[in-house]
Amino acid sequence: MQSQATYNYKVVRQFSIMTVVWGIVGMLVGVIAAAQLVWPELNVHEFLHFGRIRPLHTNAVIFAFGGCALFATSYYVVQRTCHTRLFAPGLAAFTFWGWQLVIVLAAITLPLGYTSSKEYAELEWPIDILIAIVWVSYAIVFFGTIAKRKVSHIYVANWFFGAFIITVALLHIVNSAAIPVSWTGMKSYSAYAGVQDAMVQWWYGHNAVGFFLTAGFLGMMYYFVPKQAERPVYSYRLSVVHFWALIFTYMWAGPHHLHYTALPDWTQSVGMIFSLILLAPSWGGMINGIMTLSGAWHKLRTDPILKFLITALSFYGMSTFEGPMMAVKTVNALSHYTDWTVGHVHSGALGWVAMISIGSVYFMIPRLYGRTEMYSIKLVNAHFWIATIGVVLYIASMWIAGVMQGLMWRATNADGTLTYSFVESVKASYPFWTIRLVGGILFLTGMLLMFYNMVKTIAGQKAYDAPVLAPAAAHA
Amino acid sequence: MADFISGFWNMYVMVLVVLSILFCVYVLASNMTKRTKGPAELHGHVWDETLAEYNNPLPRWWLYLFWGTIVFSVAYLVIYPGFGDRNQHRGQIAQYEAEMQTADEKYGPIFAKYRDMDLMAVAADPEANAMGQRLFLTYCAQCHGSAAQGAKGFPNLTDDEWQWGGEPEVVKTTIMEGRMGVMTPFGQALGAEGVKDVASYVRSLTGLAHDSLRAQRGAELFAQQCVACHGADGTGNPMMGAPNLTNKSWLYGSSEATIIETVTHGRTNQMPAFGDFLGEDKVHLLAAYVLSLPKK
Repeated sequence: MQSQATYNYKVVRQFSIMTVVWGIVGMLVGVIAAAQLVWPELNVHEFLHFGRIRPLHTNAVIFAFGGCALFATSYYVVQRTCHTRLFAPGLAAFTFWGWQLVIVLAAITLPLGYTSSKEYAELEWPIDILIAIVWVSYAIVFFGTIAKRKVSHIYVANWFFGAFIITVALLHIVNSAAIPVSWTGMKSYSAYAGVQDAMVQWWYGHNAVGFFLTAGFLGMMYYFVPKQAERPVYSYRLSVVHFWALIFTYMWAGPHHLHYTALPDWTQSVGMIFSLILLAPSWGGMINGIMTLSGAWHKLRTDPILKFLITALSFYGMSTFEGPMMAVKTVNALSHYTDWTVGHVHSGALGWVAMISIGSVYFMIPRLYGRTEMYSIKLVNAHFWIATIGVVLYIASMWIAGVMQGLMWRATNADGTLTYSFVESVKASYPFWTIRLVGGILFLTGMLLMFYNMVKTIAGQKAYDAPVLAPAAAHA
Repeated sequence: MADFISGFWNMYVMVLVVLSILFCVYVLASNMTKRTKGPAELHGHVWDETLAEYNNPLPRWWLYLFWGTIVFSVAYLVIYPGFGDRNQHRGQIAQYEAEMQTADEKYGPIFAKYRDMDLMAVAADPEANAMGQRLFLTYCAQCHGSAAQGAKGFPNLTDDEWQWGGEPEVVKTTIMEGRMGVMTPFGQALGAEGVKDVASYVRSLTGLAHDSLRAQRGAELFAQQCVACHGADGTGNPMMGAPNLTNKSWLYGSSEATIIETVTHGRTNQMPAFGDFLGEDKVHLLAAYVLSLPKK
């Protein structure tokens, strides 16, 4: 018998819609930044200068688009797999408005030039404090819901969401520790100095990738892939092993961002070997996701949402192979500081993070409005193909540009002098930057289709809160 | 253990490293179950109506991959600098020094053969010139431009005007030792009106449009304040890097506003020293290349 209570879908709806909105905004800013590299004349004003636009892009896509997707899906998944309504609904509402405020403040302060200059942690200290408060509230809502669950076992998706929430709190608070020097000027200095500061920054930076952009999205994968495929997860055992191995080893990988720098050799070595060890645990998630489809492969032909989810896993597998390879010092000596890094990041960000989020949002939107599917499945399919072509153009052009740059920088003449000056490698990169821009525009176009499809799906529908389900008999 | 104030912290980190690796080994070793015949079993829990889990064993190839990376990593930590500052002979500093030594041995003689040649003779040598240009494009073009045309604040090397002197040996000294150019600020000493007068006078020296009344007053101020460095006739003094104000070469610009800015706030500029970094043999070729550039 179903109880009268309903799941709290309101906050899920809010975050889901803003995922699409911020996705469009963040990717548009990315397209502008890409265009500025092709046409430097587009740096028209200091507020719109590449140096300020670029952190705006990264913050918008990671924390606004990715963040909203994580909030939306984790709130949806934790309620449904715990068979209980979200804990502390007032606090949940606060996390929505608080997070939107953080995003708006970022969108204002970054173009104005307020920055702590730490990559992916540029926001100045008052905003950092707000982030910390919102994040702790998020943890209370999430773990409160887990605590009042009606089933004995915690579903695997929630392990990943939980690890992501705890670790991001830790990362953010430690890395953002700073001494404010001005109340009105929004200025602070990092609590760390020199190479320690660099090490703390990349401990944060790489774990932002590992926990924000990987663990959280694996949580998403573990719910939406089996749901959409209507198949059981491939292996419980594998999920246990790769979960623990993943969270234990990711923590160490940061130093690979600082190969051949002032960082001590042994620290670089530790960063490198844990990045290599990370390969198998990362692939564990990919195997578990893709193998879940065994027995249902035919669905890939007709179901564009499943196409999004499975393609995302393929890109995840590819970039988690590429990452450990790039962490090897010999490879890094070629790839570091080139566009290869940019390509690698986007094969993860567009291929994995964005595609798994898009698939999950397409799954949720109709259900949040009492429908069974999106307004147009054809448009979802079109979105899939446009996005896929966009990603491929983006990363292939950046691979070529990156390897070319690395080879040009190290090429020497018979007398040992460098064959190319730096500016020649810039000049040679232009064609690839143009292709990258086209890839980015395609991906953005896909998001616009999604927005239209979402509006048409919602139009005329009333918000729907599904009733809380009683746990299956096995748990009773 | 020079990286920390004591060896304790290094050991502390390495203990955690070892524990993390052992943890991976433990998780792996305790899940080495083999595939049993028949269909995979469900794990037995169901969430949200349909979510269930098979309990398939870990894929074999994946297990071996995992074990492989662990074995490689332990070996790497033992062989390379991994536990504190052991194995520094395989560290990045040793690597850099070895590569530099190889390069010096291989390429050193190519540059050394011009060492004792006269700079103008090197400048006339096409092969030396090509090498000099390659060095210029790598080390000098960032400031002076790839055609040595200069930019605001960075001297044009293709005119025949030399702030610090154009004699071959002096040009070489400039590259070897660098230069520190300082124009002191005169905003306070001259006052806003005085600065404007001096700027008009300076512009009059090269026949640029100016207010003649101001220039007349400026000439008197110039004679009091500026002659010590720029000389009575404004032709400058290469010994102290004071620019000649009577030619058409302007380091920062000739507009009235720019000259007012220069006089008011002064200027500080630096040409870095390349002697220690590149060695004299390469600087010799660089100086010859700069001297060989056609002068307008």
